[in-house]
Amino acid sequence: MSNNQISLKLFALFILSLLLVFLGCISGSTGMDWHFAESNRTILYDIRLPRSIGAYLAGALLGLAGAIAQGLFRNPLADPYLLGSASGALLGVGIILCFSYAGEHSLVTMIGINGGAFVGALLGVLGALLLAGGYKSSLRLLLSGVVIGVIFGAANSLLTFIRPDLYQSLQSFMLGNTSLITWNATLIMGSALVVAVLLTLLFSPVLSALSLGENTARTLGLPLDQLRLLLIGVLALATGFAVAQTGLIAFVGLAAPHLVRHFSGGRQRTQILLSTISGGILLLGSDLLARTIFAPLEIPVGIVTAVLGGSYLLLLLRRGQIGIKK
Amino acid sequence: MKIANLYVYRGPCEVLRDLSIHFPKGQWTSIIGPNGAGKSSLLQGITNILPTKGMITIDDVNIQDLGSKERARTIAWLAQNSDAVEEFSELTVYDTVMLGRIPHQAWLHLPNELDHQVVQQSLLKTHTQSIAARYLHELSGGERQRVLLARLLAVEADILLMDEPLANLDPPHQADWLIWQKELLAQGKTLVTVLHEIQYALRADHLVMLKQGRLHFEGSSKDPATHQALIALFEGRIRLEKLGNDWVSLPV
Repeated sequence: MSNNQISLKLFALFILSLLLVFLGCISGSTGMDWHFAESNRTILYDIRLPRSIGAYLAGALLGLAGAIAQGLFRNPLADPYLLGSASGALLGVGIILCFSYAGEHSLVTMIGINGGAFVGALLGVLGALLLAGGYKSSLRLLLSGVVIGVIFGAANSLLTFIRPDLYQSLQSFMLGNTSLITWNATLIMGSALVVAVLLTLLFSPVLSALSLGENTARTLGLPLDQLRLLLIGVLALATGFAVAQTGLIAFVGLAAPHLVRHFSGGRQRTQILLSTISGGILLLGSDLLARTIFAPLEIPVGIVTAVLGGSYLLLLLRRGQIGIKK
Repeated sequence: MKIANLYVYRGPCEVLRDLSIHFPKGQWTSIIGPNGAGKSSLLQGITNILPTKGMITIDDVNIQDLGSKERARTIAWLAQNSDAVEEFSELTVYDTVMLGRIPHQAWLHLPNELDHQVVQQSLLKTHTQSIAARYLHELSGGERQRVLLARLLAVEADILLMDEPLANLDPPHQADWLIWQKELLAQGKTLVTVLHEIQYALRADHLVMLKQGRLHFEGSSKDPATHQALIALFEGRIRLEKLGNDWVSLPV
């Protein structure tokens, strides 16, 4: 595929993204509304706009994390959710919330929550790798990720048991929620996304080289082990910052890289950019659905992505597009 | 290239013991031996894929003293076909061959004009230019092997290590491969191959025989003593006959 075609696709996806943000701004609990009276400005600028952009950014972070995971572990099913890094991030958030004063939304708490999510995501994915004895076996890695997810999930439930007053906020994190995204949260995710995308593009030669197998990559003179660790760090950063703002959102990281793989021609830089953008589109689209299906009632977006993503995964499995090395 | 007292480890196992071999510069050395003798491990030890103990020198320079990129530009390695490509990889042929240019590229630099030229030449050489836009996973085993050979050539290394390069190639392309070998030798490259096809191995200048992780024999491929050692290596289950200028092996 020529560079022009790729630029065209990137541009088309970008336009689609803008369109979705616009839709996110005009649709609310009372249906579509084009006219913004003075009193509605607040709803637009303080609620719908940050929420739409924030949902897009969180999805983009997850799409990026999925692209890194799939390229790095040579595993078509790897994603932040299945690898245990998302549940690690959630546990990090839970622990920080437990130790912070209830109801306080200071800068320190915000840094703490994001930092905790990052460390948790890192521990989650490293734990899954350790449990699987590396990533040579795709199946073992995924099973280990699931085990880590279960253990961390249990630890999280324990937290709500210890601190019943946190039950509601933790529950909202567990279900995945975009309704509480503020401008601050949007800014944090935007910064994290810029850093993560730039770092991934910088390290992308490793992902390309790995597609010929680890041994060949080693003979190409790349410091494979160090770069792989750095990319795991970027993966944890992207996952952690998404989870810290929006909670557990399943399958966006899995589906986004799959949807665009045929368009990227296997080029890692293209794959990374396309996965990031389509992750944003997927989550914002799901968020719109979550807001409108049962309007005026709103369901957590995590439920929508789980249903959509799960169905997509089943479709892939049925089509036999996912070959798993035992 | 010389190796001295080399030990190679695969996990907890010592797969090669105390190996000292000279690979003559600008010549073709073929490594031969029964299954499990450690042929592939030797190549993987030289390329730093497997951990080693001992000395490897190129023109009297210890390769530990070379930077990783410089080492990658000096020694190129062709994997055994089976472990090279996964179904999951959706690289195009062109981009696969371009990966061979990584040792020449600086961080974040897009391929330059020279990189594209070298890739084109490698594709042309291996008759893969017509499939350059196709995906690797769509190709037949023989086409894929030629693409991987093109990837090897694109490194433009002085020393080329090839692990069973003839696997999956049909007879015309096996014959082509012999011509490429001669052209590479004419360019002054040092070639090291692991081959199961004995008559192809006998076309090399130099034969290295391995058995159970140790050196069995090393010598010129034209030397009768080498031929005797070769027959002994395979426990008398082959015989060698001269046909025109070439030696062929037949099962007994």
